[in-house]
Amino acid sequence: MAHKHIQCTVNGQKLSLEVAVGESLLDMLRNRLHLTGTKKGCGVGECGACTVLLDGEAIDSCLFLAVWADGKDIRTIEGESKEGKLSKVQEAFVEEGAVQCGFCTPGFVMSVTALVEKGCQCEREGLKKELSGHMCRCTGYHNIVNAAEKAIGEP
Amino acid sequence: MFDIARYDEARSVEEAVALLAANPKARLIAGGTDVLIHIREGKQPEAELVGIRHIPELARIEREADGTLSIGAAATFSRIVADPLISRHVPVLADAVETVGGPQIRRVATIGGNVCNGATSADSASTLFALDAVLQIQGPGGVRLTPIRDFYAGPGRVHLGQAEVLTAIRLAPESYEGYGGHYIKYAMRKAMDIATLGCSVNCKVTGGDRLADVRLAFGVAAPTPVRCLQAEEAVKGKVFSPDVVEAFGHAAAAEINPRTSWRASREFRLHLAKELSKEALVKAYAKAGGIIHGA
Repeated sequence: MAHKHIQCTVNGQKLSLEVAVGESLLDMLRNRLHLTGTKKGCGVGECGACTVLLDGEAIDSCLFLAVWADGKDIRTIEGESKEGKLSKVQEAFVEEGAVQCGFCTPGFVMSVTALVEKGCQCEREGLKKELSGHMCRCTGYHNIVNAAEKAIGEP
Repeated sequence: MFDIARYDEARSVEEAVALLAANPKARLIAGGTDVLIHIREGKQPEAELVGIRHIPELARIEREADGTLSIGAAATFSRIVADPLISRHVPVLADAVETVGGPQIRRVATIGGNVCNGATSADSASTLFALDAVLQIQGPGGVRLTPIRDFYAGPGRVHLGQAEVLTAIRLAPESYEGYGGHYIKYAMRKAMDIATLGCSVNCKVTGGDRLADVRLAFGVAAPTPVRCLQAEEAVKGKVFSPDVVEAFGHAAAAEINPRTSWRASREFRLHLAKELSKEALVKAYAKAGGIIHGA
């Protein structure tokens, strides 16, 4: 399989990498950079467990080729807590008990982080729509939406 | 790992056409949200791809001097939803594409990909049919224009040559100015689902309550998206009334030939076609400024 050279920033760190042309951004993060916080769920863009930020926008990394990350800024869950201190969004998830098994949590946290940073003023129904690309198989949606509400309500 | 043997990134439409022409095995990829799933399912072994996602002109949305709206084929759904020209002139298109998948998918998936897939369920397609969209296609021989109604060849098949690239979707001013449109996606869930039936109506009102023009299109009512010309003719020129709305629904259901699939039976789709076309007409009429007597 052919390879291409890319340069990108992952969690603030500039990287220069050789990636296979068939490699997904998700596989690049997990297998090459060992950033396993981003989860591999359905692999077809339905569950949202692989959500990362690409230039500040939440996308499914399972349906995104690593070669397309060239020149981009990527953020994963590993970059969200700074010096052992959780981000405001992560704190909100803890406080609202929005975590059960935790598999969906990194994706949800990244989507909510993008909403907070974009200054989202969504009401509850709007938030549900913004988070509709995520699945939580522990059925913890209520607390997750509470956490999102808390995070966007506390600038 | 996706089974991709070769990937070339085109920097211009001309380069994309040249790369496709030079390699008969090469296929286009834009947002990739459908193409990568196909590859994952093994439907395109040792795929050789030409990427067009980073060509600036393909993402442009602009209104030309004569009022024609030109939507770049690689414009993402979220870009279309946020675009001020779209919200102002064809809000129905923003409403339609906002029903695609979920937010993460809409930030990557493109309207051109949605159309070129040839899926009858494509949420943008029925609205583009109701808007009389024209497709701008570039190939080795130059640029050609084709009405979207002539583009679909069958399930998953479109009239796009091996070395051709859909570059823009064009909406002429006479097809949208003064019109009100409404799209209804009927699906089992409000997000992350494929339409059981999609219904789009575009209408123009004169004299406060007369249906000067009506265009109706369905997705998943046939192997390709379809227009319902007989239903349109049945109500064109008539004064809006409950009887006219009823006649529209009947004519729409009589004109289509949906199939039974695991998602829904033929009978249920016929029922949906009748009810959704009525509801979409009422809403499109109101958006076009039509007066509801007795309201």
